[in-house]
Amino acid sequence: MSFSPAYALAVWRRNAAMYRRTWKWNLLPNFFEPVFYLFSLGIGVGAYISEMQGLSYIAFIAPGLVCVAAMNGASYEVTYNIFVRLTFEKAYDAMLTTPIEPDDILGGEVLWAVTRACIYGGCFLVVLALFGLAPLPSSLWALLVIPLTGLLFAAIGITFSLRIPNIDSFSFYFTLFLTPLFLFSDVFFPLRERLSPAWLWVAEALPLLHPVRLARAAFTGQFSLVVLWDIGYSLGLSCLLLIWARRSVRRRLTN
Amino acid sequence: MTISTAPVIELHSVSKKFGDRMAVDGLDLEVPAGVCFGLLGPNGAGKTTTLRMIYGVTRPTSGTIRVFAMDVGQSTRAVRARLGITLQQNVLIEALSPKENLFVFGRYHLLREPELSRRVEELIDFLELRSHADVPVKRLSGGFQRRLAIALSLVNGPELLILDEPTTGLDPAVRLALWSRIRNLRAAGTTVLITTHYMDEAQRLCDRVAVVSAGKVIRAGAPASLIAALAAETIEFDCSIEEEAALLDGFAEHARRLRIGQRLIIYLANTTGLIDHIRRSDQGDRRPIIVRPTNLEDVYLSLTGTSLEGDA
Repeated sequence: MSFSPAYALAVWRRNAAMYRRTWKWNLLPNFFEPVFYLFSLGIGVGAYISEMQGLSYIAFIAPGLVCVAAMNGASYEVTYNIFVRLTFEKAYDAMLTTPIEPDDILGGEVLWAVTRACIYGGCFLVVLALFGLAPLPSSLWALLVIPLTGLLFAAIGITFSLRIPNIDSFSFYFTLFLTPLFLFSDVFFPLRERLSPAWLWVAEALPLLHPVRLARAAFTGQFSLVVLWDIGYSLGLSCLLLIWARRSVRRRLTN
Repeated sequence: MTISTAPVIELHSVSKKFGDRMAVDGLDLEVPAGVCFGLLGPNGAGKTTTLRMIYGVTRPTSGTIRVFAMDVGQSTRAVRARLGITLQQNVLIEALSPKENLFVFGRYHLLREPELSRRVEELIDFLELRSHADVPVKRLSGGFQRRLAIALSLVNGPELLILDEPTTGLDPAVRLALWSRIRNLRAAGTTVLITTHYMDEAQRLCDRVAVVSAGKVIRAGAPASLIAALAAETIEFDCSIEEEAALLDGFAEHARRLRIGQRLIIYLANTTGLIDHIRRSDQGDRRPIIVRPTNLEDVYLSLTGTSLEGDA
């Protein structure tokens, strides 16, 4: 009905103002998580693996971990933080006393989650580049995959956050949804080679698989038509979920 | 700004139904420009729902709501750009300072520099927030937080300020200070709509009040004329139900009265005769009697009294 970029930006700036105060507590711990995986698995486990799809093991897992960093960045924002703003801080009730409309709130929150995905994914990409694990210039294409991953997981997380009764439900989301995605989405081993062909269609439904394939294509410079399917899936699912989220945001905030 | 005599807020037979419950039931209300208007009523009377409909976050089931002569449902943004609203519960960003909160809120109204900084400084002075302007909100006292909440709702220089129970839980000094700010705003031409449970607050601040019960306005007018219509004096004393008829006989048997337990409260034009009668009946056993001018609380209780008894 009514979305205004200027008001969405005001919502975005509220979160940015908060983040400037709290980034040391927020950004640092989550940022280190994929770095630890990179070194533990890449260097530790990787020492026992001669190669994977023609790459050193650490080089194989590097692009997927960029997506994991972006996924985490967006996910923390649209789960715990949105729930706190909605239920405890009443931040959205405050916004609705100003000309801001529910659509602007949703837009601002998605934009902010994408921003956080870009901060996490971007920093991780810089770490990779410093260790010579991001082949330049082709890996720069991953700069487009990071916000796409952020958008996709912002849409999924918001949809979940608007449905749950209490903050404890997020442990289901992280443990039973994000953790399996992290482990079984082509990040650590090529799914296609380990899964029986009859089950491959299930793998294609996993949301993290698509950004990971895109990031790997960017790193290796080997693009195929699958790229189009991966982009289409990511954008399509994001749009569908956001259309749904738009209705439920309005229903939650106004009556 | 155009000068107009149209009311700032007009509600015509507005109803709101939540499921089977009528929260607001055919409510009519007019708030003229430039007045301080009090919306009074017990908990659950529909005050907050009415406020929410006025700023467009709750849509009425039926009826029309016009604010600044605009339909709220159709011109929500335009209406809210000229409104300031302090909600019952403070909605501050606790990790940020009062100053940062004001900046965030100013941006919600799309204020830009240098206007934004100028406005923030003005409000810090107006609500005396200077001493702790840079301290995180979570470390501030309740009174200070409430002042900040009101400052936030003034950031856009609203023509209409809506305050939902602005002084609940505050100490007397802070209440007095807030009242003086509200008077200043009204004197500067701001229309103020306030809900409160404190009748002394309504009587001191409001030019007009409306008493709401079960989703309807049951009485509206200037506090002084509502009081005058009830009675000039109020007398209070304890007596049993059995004693009541004999004590009042010939003096106040037709007067408006309210009983809460043993306490009898009677509204009369002149209490002298009744007092003498009670003293004579008591035969030297002087029961304590309070005689005082009737106030808005009496008006309120005489209108909503039964429902309060029902609550207790």
